[in-house]
Amino acid sequence: MGVSPVKLMRAVTAALLLAALAGCAAPTPWVKPYEREHFADPIMSFNRDPVSSTYLQHVFETREGAHGATGSVGGGCGCN
Amino acid sequence: MQLTREARCAHTRGSAGLSPFTRTLLTLCLIAAPALAGVLPEDRADVLWHSYNGGDITIQGPSVLVRKKVGDNLSLSASYYEDMISSASIDVKLSASPYHETRKQESVGADYLHGKSTYSAGFITSKEPDYKANTSYFSVSQDMFGDLTTLTLGYRRGWDQVFRDIKTPQGVLENDPTFHQRADHRGYSLSLTQILTRNAILGFNYELLTDQGYLANPYREIRFLSPGQGRGFMLAEQVYPNTRTSNAASVQLKYYLPYRAALTGQYRFFHDTWGVLAHTVELDYTHPVWKHWIFDGSLRYYRQSAADFYSDLFPRANYQNFMGRDRELAAFHSYTLGAGASYQFAVPGVRWISKSSANVRVDHLMVDYSDFRNALLAGSYGAGNEPLYRLNANIFQVFVSIWF
Amino acid sequence: MKNRIAAIAATLAIALPALAGSAGGGPAPQFTLSARGGRDVSLAQYHGQVVMINFWASWCGPCRQEMPLLESIYKKYNKLGFTLLGVNVEPDSQAADDWLKATPVTFPILYDKESKVSKLYDVAGMPSTVIIDRRGKLRMLHRGYKPGDENEYLDSIRSLIRE
Repeated sequence: MGVSPVKLMRAVTAALLLAALAGCAAPTPWVKPYEREHFADPIMSFNRDPVSSTYLQHVFETREGAHGATGSVGGGCGCN
Repeated sequence: MQLTREARCAHTRGSAGLSPFTRTLLTLCLIAAPALAGVLPEDRADVLWHSYNGGDITIQGPSVLVRKKVGDNLSLSASYYEDMISSASIDVKLSASPYHETRKQESVGADYLHGKSTYSAGFITSKEPDYKANTSYFSVSQDMFGDLTTLTLGYRRGWDQVFRDIKTPQGVLENDPTFHQRADHRGYSLSLTQILTRNAILGFNYELLTDQGYLANPYREIRFLSPGQGRGFMLAEQVYPNTRTSNAASVQLKYYLPYRAALTGQYRFFHDTWGVLAHTVELDYTHPVWKHWIFDGSLRYYRQSAADFYSDLFPRANYQNFMGRDRELAAFHSYTLGAGASYQFAVPGVRWISKSSANVRVDHLMVDYSDFRNALLAGSYGAGNEPLYRLNANIFQVFVSIWF
Repeated sequence: MKNRIAAIAATLAIALPALAGSAGGGPAPQFTLSARGGRDVSLAQYHGQVVMINFWASWCGPCRQEMPLLESIYKKYNKLGFTLLGVNVEPDSQAADDWLKATPVTFPILYDKESKVSKLYDVAGMPSTVIIDRRGKLRMLHRGYKPGDENEYLDSIRSLIRE
């Protein structure tokens, strides 16, 4: 099993196409920028303490067979 | 000595394996994107002391991270990490002798913000007496749909050098000159975060990893039944495949509770060409109280099935092409209970620090193996009938963070 | 391959909206909001002056960064027929009031707790700044804040004051 790099690249291209259209013709956001105060709160961050979460991930990855898909980026506060 | 995965660093991002078509699309999108901007990560410095204690292994050390903006569009970061290992683990006791060792890891990274895109790149290097690992990563992050969505594509590349320590006649540990192997790693990742409602945000991650080269542990051995021999079994060299392709996909949902608290649910699915299938489920709760305190609680459940070539006890020598007995590839499940407390405070008299926090975190890990036995008890129970191995570990972290 | 790129480029060029540039030039929507200090403030009472409305929130980093600069702009041009209204978009103004105690400003702060005015002005980024001329027409719309943006505000204010 395992997704071949070729299939992955096709999926990536499709995602980028979506991204290109989305980034350049922005539809109306249903959560307005002035309604995103909760996401600016540090407790709603996916990675509030990077040193601590990186360390725990490292502890698990060295003792388990599974690894990957742990990083999370974004969650914009709607600023700028 | 090392656990193969000990030296490989987690949490890296990468790039550059894009076709010309994809690259052009990306460039077009970036040029045509509206002139609004995202936000770079905050400037901060963290100093942490970590300690792992369980299964007759103690690992502790510092971890330092510094991140600073240079100008308006660039954020630089650097980190230093150490593992001071004292191991008399079940694996070490079976076929080697207790050891002490230090692994050091350094990394540098840069994040560049241009409009709604963030470009990140970095380099991580890890060294211990018998393992050297270098990883480079590159990623692009794009905000879209009115900043409700963030899409990140990443690529990472790792180069490892594997050595093996042997004891000289004088009792000194040094690299075996006849043993020098390499391992290569490539990772492709896709991440998406999506604001769902005013109170909920969703994260999705997919990662494809390919490993090639020497992927085993030069100190671990397999055992096979050998009635009549001392313990009823004999040890032999592990034989691992020299390629591995893994797929991992995870979902995280974060929900803001009206009295100001956060609830997070996560699930991760993992499957690889070695036959390991794993599920990870985690629940986290964050609760701020009394103006300065934040408390965290978490529960994590992990379950994996064994690799195809894994066996605790092979029926005979050279039973099959690939054979391994690394308990990291055994079938097991584990629970981890975690709790943390954080105290937020302002440092009076030091104006360049905008805020700081002192934090403590403890995690208790309980692992139950389904097909890995305590081979040290073969004498009492008979080879293959020893009790299944169980492991309890305490993980402790204390750290201070400052923002400036 | 080249055709593919040309086709996509054409599609993107067509789909590209005009953003972060001048506003339509239509009349600025009227509103009345309660202000810090207790009284109510309407946009109508500033007819004849150049009005700059800044939509901000205490949880928004670039907004907080911009505030001291807005204060200096207000102090400099207030006597020349210019006024600045800081519209706070938070449903609960406690955090904003706490922040203003630490970083006080002298221009009027209005509370848009139900996001009525934010919707009226189609606020699509935080912070957002609009400038209205003496005749009540929308003349500039600026989304977001990066150091250096205040120069754009100053250019606009100076030319509108002279009208």
